[in-house]
Amino acid sequence: MQNRWGRALTALVLATTVLAGCSSGEKKSDIPAVTKDPKVDSAKLTKELNVFNWTEYLPESVITDFEELYGVKVNYDTYSSNEEMHAKLKAGGSGYDIVVPEIYMIKVLQREGLLEKLDKANIPNLANLDSQFKGLPHDPQNDYSIPYMWGTTSIVINTEKIKPEEVKTWADLWKPEFKDRLVMPDDARETIAIALRVDGQSINTTDKAALDKAKERLLALKPNVKAFNNDSPKDLLLGGEVWGGVVWSGEAALVIRESDKFQYVIPPEGVTLWIDNMAIPKGAPNKYTAEVFLNYLLTPEVSARLSEEYPYGNPNKGALKYIPETDKKNPAIFPAAESLKKAESLDDLGDEMNQIYDQIWTEIKG
Amino acid sequence: MTPGPATSRPSPWKGWAILAPGVLWLLALVAAPLVLMLLYSLASRLAAGSPWPEGFSGEHYIRLIDPLYFKIFVRSIFQASLAALFSLALGYPLAYYIARSPLAKRDRLLLLVIIPFWTNFLVRTYAWMVMLRAQGVVNSLLMATGLISEPLPLLYNEVAVQVGLVYTLMPLLILPLYANLEKMDQRLLDAASDLGATPSAAFWSVTWPLSRPGVLLGCMMVFISAFGMYLVPDLMGGARSIMVGNLIQNQFLQARNWPFGAAAALALTAIVLGLALLVQRWGRLDGQGVRR
Amino acid sequence: MKGRWLKLYAWFAYGFLYLPILILMLLSFNASRTSSVWKGFTLDWYVKLLSNDLLWEAVRNSLVVAVSAAALSTVLGTMTALALNRNRIPGRMLVEGLLYLPLILPDIVLGVGALVLFTALGIKLGLGTILAAHVGTSISYVVMVLRARLADMDQNLEDAARDLGATPWQTIRYVTLPLLAPAILAGGLLAFTLSLDDFILSFFTAGPGATTLPLRIYGMVKTGLTPEVNALSTVLLLLTGLATYLYQRLTKNGDKA
Repeated sequence: MQNRWGRALTALVLATTVLAGCSSGEKKSDIPAVTKDPKVDSAKLTKELNVFNWTEYLPESVITDFEELYGVKVNYDTYSSNEEMHAKLKAGGSGYDIVVPEIYMIKVLQREGLLEKLDKANIPNLANLDSQFKGLPHDPQNDYSIPYMWGTTSIVINTEKIKPEEVKTWADLWKPEFKDRLVMPDDARETIAIALRVDGQSINTTDKAALDKAKERLLALKPNVKAFNNDSPKDLLLGGEVWGGVVWSGEAALVIRESDKFQYVIPPEGVTLWIDNMAIPKGAPNKYTAEVFLNYLLTPEVSARLSEEYPYGNPNKGALKYIPETDKKNPAIFPAAESLKKAESLDDLGDEMNQIYDQIWTEIKG
Repeated sequence: MTPGPATSRPSPWKGWAILAPGVLWLLALVAAPLVLMLLYSLASRLAAGSPWPEGFSGEHYIRLIDPLYFKIFVRSIFQASLAALFSLALGYPLAYYIARSPLAKRDRLLLLVIIPFWTNFLVRTYAWMVMLRAQGVVNSLLMATGLISEPLPLLYNEVAVQVGLVYTLMPLLILPLYANLEKMDQRLLDAASDLGATPSAAFWSVTWPLSRPGVLLGCMMVFISAFGMYLVPDLMGGARSIMVGNLIQNQFLQARNWPFGAAAALALTAIVLGLALLVQRWGRLDGQGVRR
Repeated sequence: MKGRWLKLYAWFAYGFLYLPILILMLLSFNASRTSSVWKGFTLDWYVKLLSNDLLWEAVRNSLVVAVSAAALSTVLGTMTALALNRNRIPGRMLVEGLLYLPLILPDIVLGVGALVLFTALGIKLGLGTILAAHVGTSISYVVMVLRARLADMDQNLEDAARDLGATPWQTIRYVTLPLLAPAILAGGLLAFTLSLDDFILSFFTAGPGATTLPLRIYGMVKTGLTPEVNALSTVLLLLTGLATYLYQRLTKNGDKA
């Protein structure tokens, strides 16, 4: 019996090492590879790095390249919403070195003292940021956060099932013919914002009456919602489970890449404009290594690979030359300035208000 | 397990010495968390910047009675009860068949039930996602045969959740039921038929009442597992099918409302323990009850 | 006559249990990324599986935790079962109640409970916390398996040993444990598979770099139903079949004097 086990195990191990060399069939990128940064002090690097990022936001190849260049093991975990990431950090002892919150969540984390001050001497590639993304009001000197990618959250439709004329404004999502056909973000702030916009309210309103009305509206929308999904709404769209919905711009761009029957719609009432930022949580065990990683992500070639795989807006001016023309013309990735006139960004509304939003969201999802 | 003569038994403290490590572990990881959750559930909120709760308030339990949340409990009880009933209807005949099979075949037949049961839970849930989604097996078949022109929305609704629950939990009923049926005395059935009972009458007047403990245990286990289920409604349910497990997860990992989540978890615990007690009482009475 | 209908039904029931899994195994060889329509045979997904480093890391984590959990649960469970067997234990009812809890409480309650415990005590989440939670819930199962065997076990052998002058410890070492060996192994195997299969406990007690296989699969399913998951499922199914068969062999062995 022992002999058979031993043989089987050996065979398995051999098969693994032989086949591990085989290509996994990943698409090869045209973007040139990055070499090791000579300014990095290998003595100060730790053996591990714990990264906590959104799902579908960082290609595996970028991680493995970093691991090979610097001999660091990267543990990569993902979350689906700012709130989920916040919950993990608040619980303490999370052990993460890098998180990627949106601006409003950066403000919350800063307020709660949960972010480390960045040692910018270790991140010279900060200079690669486009001037539009430098000196942002929430962190003008980039002491705590560095822009990672930006985008919008808006409507995407399968034009074979939903004609473009049918969905022009946010209110059109409530049409009864879309019963059980839509996917919505599993995100309190984003989805409540949709209802607020229909009522002509700011997405950062603290008016309880307006919020209650928004809640009622969303409860009325629920029959149209097949699923709340942040992780991979593109699978629901491409798989035909839903005919349309509200998604992050990058997801829409991915879907459009796969099939041109999809369209990204930016209603005139405005959309959410967001910028996700890299930051280091307080008490991160591998701070220097984290800063090296941030610097690595800011090299133009690496940054370009981020948006090559996950087509969101890229704030790195050095990366722009690697972005293909088709992407630059894609309104889901680079929307026209006109359509963004009424765009609004989410803001930190304070603990009490955030709790009220959370409560409303729990009631909507129930 | 009758106790032996007192003279040659080791002292009870020696017994406790051997018992201690296991009991301590259980106290630490099962009992203490329940007590902590009670404390959290009676607090107002989490203190800012700390994982400890502050304030004293019964508001979270009151909130549970609010129709919006009460509805989730009702839905979960409904889904769990249905799952138990379906598991019983589908599983009883199979358990009976295995119990009545010749001894040599029984082991193999039982093994065939245990294998899916021991297969990774996620894999089994995922298998039904592959079957039911718009580009899944069922829809592809129906469209290939021309019966439908558009894929049916089989996934991401309450029916899909029920299918997932029954599929993954049915073996949980078959196994204890089989254990009960196997031990049943064949001679009672022989006696019934000797007295002129038809097979069907013999079943209902002999087998069914005697199998009641197994039925109760099996149904209870399916019910409890389904009631507190997170994975199946999360993967196969849609926007309107969330159950208590999803609510609890949401409060702990998204809404950061640990007191409310703890209250919901304890409400779930109370219902489950209450049910277990009821079944024990009921089962015991019938076990000593009159055989018709 | 009823027998034939019953047999037919049994086939149907087994079909219900196995059809989705078998279809999954079939699709793992399907040369199509998204469709369930057969597009040709391929081993691509298995190749992709083998080169998926993150997956292997998860497998390694799962195995480390499962083996450790099995070892710890078995030791603690055996001690507990032996101590409860034929001993006068003050407070027995409480111990029985404590043992009963993990068997009856839904995993999610145990999971959030463990999360609350570790967070309140400031314990960092990782493989260690997953292990602690797994052991906490498996002890009761090991005790259950052992008690079933102890009930069936022939007490005369132990009494005979004592009559011949063996100390309690010698009795345990040379008589009881060898007789219990198959049950202990079965209990260990049960704890092993419970740990390997666990999702919800790990979900709440995992930390960075502590992803177990079910957690990894969950992530893969959530971010896209890639056919790699089909291939992985097939492998897991075959391994489970093997483990189940082993378990049955171990629990079947009766008293061999």
